Amino acid sequence: MSFFDELGHYLSSANTRVEILGDLGDHVYLALLPLVLGIVLAITAGWLGHRWRPARRVLTVLANLLYTIPSLALFVVIPGLIGSKILDSVNVVVALTIYTTALLVRPVLDALDAVAPSVIAAATAVGYKPVRKFFAVELPLAVPVLAAGVRVASVSNISLVSVGALIGTGGLGVLFTDGFQREYFSPIVVGIVLTLLLALVVDLILVGIRNLLTPWERAGRTGVAVA
Amino acid sequence: MITDLFHWFGDPAHWSGPDGVPQRLLEHLGYVALSLVIALVIAVPLGLFVGHTGRGGVALVSAGNAIRALPTLGLVTFLFLLFTESVTSTIIGLVVLAVPPVLAGTYAGLQATDHGVVDAAQGIGMTGWQRLWKVEVPISLPLVLGGIRNAVLQLVATAAVAAYVGLGGLGRFLLDGLAILDYSEVIAGALLTTVLAIVLDLLFALLNRALVPRGVRLATAAATGKKVTA
Repeated sequence: MSFFDELGHYLSSANTRVEILGDLGDHVYLALLPLVLGIVLAITAGWLGHRWRPARRVLTVLANLLYTIPSLALFVVIPGLIGSKILDSVNVVVALTIYTTALLVRPVLDALDAVAPSVIAAATAVGYKPVRKFFAVELPLAVPVLAAGVRVASVSNISLVSVGALIGTGGLGVLFTDGFQREYFSPIVVGIVLTLLLALVVDLILVGIRNLLTPWERAGRTGVAVA
Repeated sequence: MITDLFHWFGDPAHWSGPDGVPQRLLEHLGYVALSLVIALVIAVPLGLFVGHTGRGGVALVSAGNAIRALPTLGLVTFLFLLFTESVTSTIIGLVVLAVPPVLAGTYAGLQATDHGVVDAAQGIGMTGWQRLWKVEVPISLPLVLGGIRNAVLQLVATAAVAAYVGLGGLGRFLLDGLAILDYSEVIAGALLTTVLAIVLDLLFALLNRALVPRGVRLATAAATGKKVTA
């Protein structure tokens, strides 16, 4: 039986298809929730580090260190730290939130540093209070750099969720353990293809969001072309 | 948890034999070293070629990104079913994962080299080879080493995951401990893997200091506005 016959046979079962869709749904949730949480945490940490020098050094060292921890090790240590059950999917969410935050702290700091002082001075001069200045001026201008980091984090999260299958959480990684235990290629191939497609689709969506958030980038580009 | 961990590390049975810490640590290092060497042999010349000539850069970057999205567990189980032997299949998987960061670092390093400097090198009569080895490579060394450092971290993490398909190394403690719900063994494995990753990361930071020429360090520092006492 050729591989494609096997694949056709595997996908012909309605049950299997429902299971795969369920795994895909879990995967999206397990990869994207940490992405959102990580972005919020990294912006908060970046704001703190940008304002207060001592925090900056601690944050960069900590981010570097946390990012060094191997994924499987972090996944299994979380239950011991927060008291969750070892098979709980919250472990994966917390671990990936840590990675996302660690990955994004640096870009957020760099992006906030890169905002031109004249722009901030102008915002102050027209009467922006610090909080509004941060959300309406500094943060939007940081979006291009931040978006590049978010794209890397999204690809890395989507690929790492599957490791969670080893500690019993859902997602497309279940297809890999299933295929391995039954010595069956089809689930593994379906899992890999769906992971790659998911990474691609999410990346396209992120690029779309970035373009929506930074209309001046497009205006700038055409402006340059005209001039 | 901490006391259990002390007991685990205090037990002499965990320090000898094929399932002891030293043996597992050496195995882990062995997989990482072997796959890193193979990945370097593939990725560095390719990255230098593409970066030096500027040909095929876009294809290289997009291929690298696609590989980065590959789920490691999927890759490892797929290769295991294909080769039905854990060491061979894992080493291939590790090489596949280590090539993109090294390639990206090498390529980005050469790309970021100031064109004026390369022109000047050509102007004083350097050949293509001389330009590559005496100008472009030293200047791009920090980015190249950064790529290798990323690859090593990726390798340490993935070699642990590959314990699932029967590979030795530190991942064994993690997964064997999980299988018998011996949490202190799991945590010991996690701790050992993390310490290995951090030590290797520090070694690369030192290597960076030792290998990158002083002039390049000064130039980078000047560009980022930092003061250097060298």
